[in-house]
Amino acid sequence: MTDATANPAAAAGSPRHGSLLSQDALTKKRNAAETRFRLYGLAAVSVGILALILLLASILNNGLGSFQQTFISLDVELQEDRLDKAGNRNIEDLKKVSTFGYAPLITAAMAAKIAETGIQIEGLSAKDAGNIISKDAPAQLRDYVLANPEKIGTTVNFKVLANGRIDGYFKDRVTMASAELDSNVTPQQLMLADALKEDGVLIKGFNWGFITNPDASENRPEASGLGVAILGSLYMMLVVLILALPIGVAASIYLEEFAPKNRWTDLIEVNISNLAAVPSIVFGILGLAIFINFAGLPQSAPIVGGLVLTLMTLPTIIISTRASLKSVPPSIRDAALGVGASKMQSVFHHVLPLAAPGILTGTIIGLAQALGETAPLLLIGMVAFVREYPGAPPEGFFDPASALPVQVYNWTQRADPAFVERASGAIIVLLIFLLFMNAVAIMLRRRFERRW
Amino acid sequence: MPVLWIVLIVLALGGVGYMLGRRRAMASADGDVRHLHSLPTYYGSNVALLTIAPALLFMGLWLLMQPILIERQIIGLIPESAIAEGSSRSLVMSDVRRVAEGLDTAVAQGAMTPDQADSIRTEFTDVRERLGRVGVALGSNVRPEVLRAAQHYRGLQARYSAIMTVLVLAVAVVGFGYSYLQTTKDFRARNVVETGIKSLLILASTIAILTTVGIILSMLFETRNFFSQYSWTNFFFGTTWSPSFSGRGGASQLGILPLLWGTLYISVVALLVAVPIGLFAAIYMSEYAGPKMRAIAKPLIEILAGIPTIVYGLFALITVGPMLRDYFAQPLGLGESSASVMTAGVVMGIMLIPFVSSLSDDIINAVPQSMRDGSLGLGATKSETIRQVVIPAALPGVVGAILLAASRAIGETMIVVLGAGAAARISLNPFEAMTTVTVKIVSQLTGDTDFASPETLVAFALGLTLFVITLGLNVLALYIVRKYREQYE
Repeated sequence: MTDATANPAAAAGSPRHGSLLSQDALTKKRNAAETRFRLYGLAAVSVGILALILLLASILNNGLGSFQQTFISLDVELQEDRLDKAGNRNIEDLKKVSTFGYAPLITAAMAAKIAETGIQIEGLSAKDAGNIISKDAPAQLRDYVLANPEKIGTTVNFKVLANGRIDGYFKDRVTMASAELDSNVTPQQLMLADALKEDGVLIKGFNWGFITNPDASENRPEASGLGVAILGSLYMMLVVLILALPIGVAASIYLEEFAPKNRWTDLIEVNISNLAAVPSIVFGILGLAIFINFAGLPQSAPIVGGLVLTLMTLPTIIISTRASLKSVPPSIRDAALGVGASKMQSVFHHVLPLAAPGILTGTIIGLAQALGETAPLLLIGMVAFVREYPGAPPEGFFDPASALPVQVYNWTQRADPAFVERASGAIIVLLIFLLFMNAVAIMLRRRFERRW
Repeated sequence: MPVLWIVLIVLALGGVGYMLGRRRAMASADGDVRHLHSLPTYYGSNVALLTIAPALLFMGLWLLMQPILIERQIIGLIPESAIAEGSSRSLVMSDVRRVAEGLDTAVAQGAMTPDQADSIRTEFTDVRERLGRVGVALGSNVRPEVLRAAQHYRGLQARYSAIMTVLVLAVAVVGFGYSYLQTTKDFRARNVVETGIKSLLILASTIAILTTVGIILSMLFETRNFFSQYSWTNFFFGTTWSPSFSGRGGASQLGILPLLWGTLYISVVALLVAVPIGLFAAIYMSEYAGPKMRAIAKPLIEILAGIPTIVYGLFALITVGPMLRDYFAQPLGLGESSASVMTAGVVMGIMLIPFVSSLSDDIINAVPQSMRDGSLGLGATKSETIRQVVIPAALPGVVGAILLAASRAIGETMIVVLGAGAAARISLNPFEAMTTVTVKIVSQLTGDTDFASPETLVAFALGLTLFVITLGLNVLALYIVRKYREQYE
């Protein structure tokens, strides 16, 4: 090495005659590379954030419309000779009048309204005018009459849903030009809608029905809602919470505090970390084969969905519970043991309460994951079209229901473009739930987490 | 008696046991806690535990075994002649179950008396029509053998439920009595209770193993059924995927290769998006970004990880798909479909960005600072340090992260269901719709399924293939990551 230090210029090949004030070519090149590299990193971060913004913007842009809905305010005369021919208000007799019996009442009310406001549109038949009202309105009317039979014979003001196309017209989904080509709506109907809007008959309002109504059939997007799906998801979360939390905590306590280091424990640990990475659809196959085909549980039931999601959530809960058990310092255990507590007492009386905030946070995050899970639920029949609300638990766990993310999938499979709006709206509802759960988890962590 | 009631009764018995056990212990110590071996609550818990746990475990086991036992007895009742051409015993069995359930519904709704349900005969009554009236739709007319088997099935079910009720309550009472009589002041209640609780903890931790076993067994059985109807060489080496919807087997071609091709193609596109972006983002976050930038950008990127995949699927369907089609595929003349490998791949790539970046971030942070300092001290620039020192040191971990991301990409379902299309083809054009293993599992197992036809059973073979591939990738990744960790700790 002495040679090298004695003659550095020879070792470097050629001597460098540079100034500290001006950079030579190589330094410039290296600095440029440095800047480029830094920019790449910045670009990558920006792309990630941009993707997030684009994603949220696209969903909000498409979905916010579903929280607004077009209603038509109508005075419907509940004609006695149509609804109650016997005149005795007997509910059983009233039930015999189907929704088809109510449709003419609405058409008549619409015609009366048009006459009253003096709207005249060329080439618009009375039937077409009646058709700007949702096909779901007669059912709404019928439910009202069955609940209030004494109102028969009077005139009642109803806020009925406008047809999906009319609703779409006010949300810029349907235009005059597209109506020309559409067999479900005519430009005259749109003109009528415009005129009604001017007269204040047609109003836009907040769409509570979207959150409370059950799903509706293919050609009534305006009446479809998330009621059954929200209830189904809630039931599944209950099942997951009831099963996954105690089992997960019990398993982690054993693995973290009691398990001896042996092959069996290793096997369990490897299993848990593998289960966390198994594709979710595989859990769906498991649910189909074991819970439905083998154990004979009903399809589309929240109990089956809940069981499958429990198995999926368990690894998440176990991993986070073990982390929070591990973070409780050994001095706590030693102190408890020192004053004569048994191992079990030290864990249940001291370690577990101190780890509880962490466990809860992990559980909520696991639940949030389970809430958004779709693929396994498709396989256990949650895609079925369900209009009936499930009953109260525990029987309700066995009734058919839908789930929020599955409802989104369901709506994307339908032809009417109005369902795209509904699907995005459902996503917004789902994201609000997730945001809320994660906020609670973060709050819990901030409020109760101890740093030892 | 409904299961719920049995559970409630057993729990109530346990509650009573808790109080009685506690009282008996106190009484035996003449009311002075100091004479007891354990705290009084342990004596109560001991009685409660011995009452509840064995009874409920027994009931769980019984409920698992009952369908198997009943099925075995019923299957003997179905004569060979009742099994139609192309049908199988398990199909007839599912008919039997449907009819039995229908009879149950009819009785529950009051459309039939229990006696009628047991005595009706196909010769005299149109069973299908009567069950249809209570909302139970049967596919075909009920044959006399099936109806008789169904009635027998109901009878057996009622008998087994009655036996179970009696036995479970008996187990609870015996447990109660035994532990109650055991309770004296010298009884080592705490030790017994703690052993009991510990075995419950062990039981809970074996659920993970049971799940894995359940996954493997359920898929293995059905896959075996599938391969008994369809040759495995055609499955693994077939290049056409065209299940016939009408017939059984025969015309269907169920080759996995086009599905695997679609899966791999989409995963590669996804990784090409996710790995550079995720890796550079991780490098920037851990080496360049100031604390403020980190505090804002890191959570924002991690939000991407918390968004459910169905949201990405919808994003692919309504935004990315049409955009790629209108701005790239159509002008370049490459395709007309908005569902394509590119659509699914790009969106899946976005989904994987936070996955790759947070894993790589951890790994890059684990590289010792002294290595960076050494390199910087020799005069290297920051980027040279990262490229020539940090990344090579972190490489095994990064490779592990990429493998984990690949396994996620291969198993991802909703994005490809909504974004990739359903046409199975082997093509190089990334703007064409292709399909994946997961899409086909969903499409073969939703809607009307017939668990005797290869078209349905193939889903289990696909699922098993998927499971094996992802498991292999995960194990490999964990191995690499673990091996790497040992170097620096």
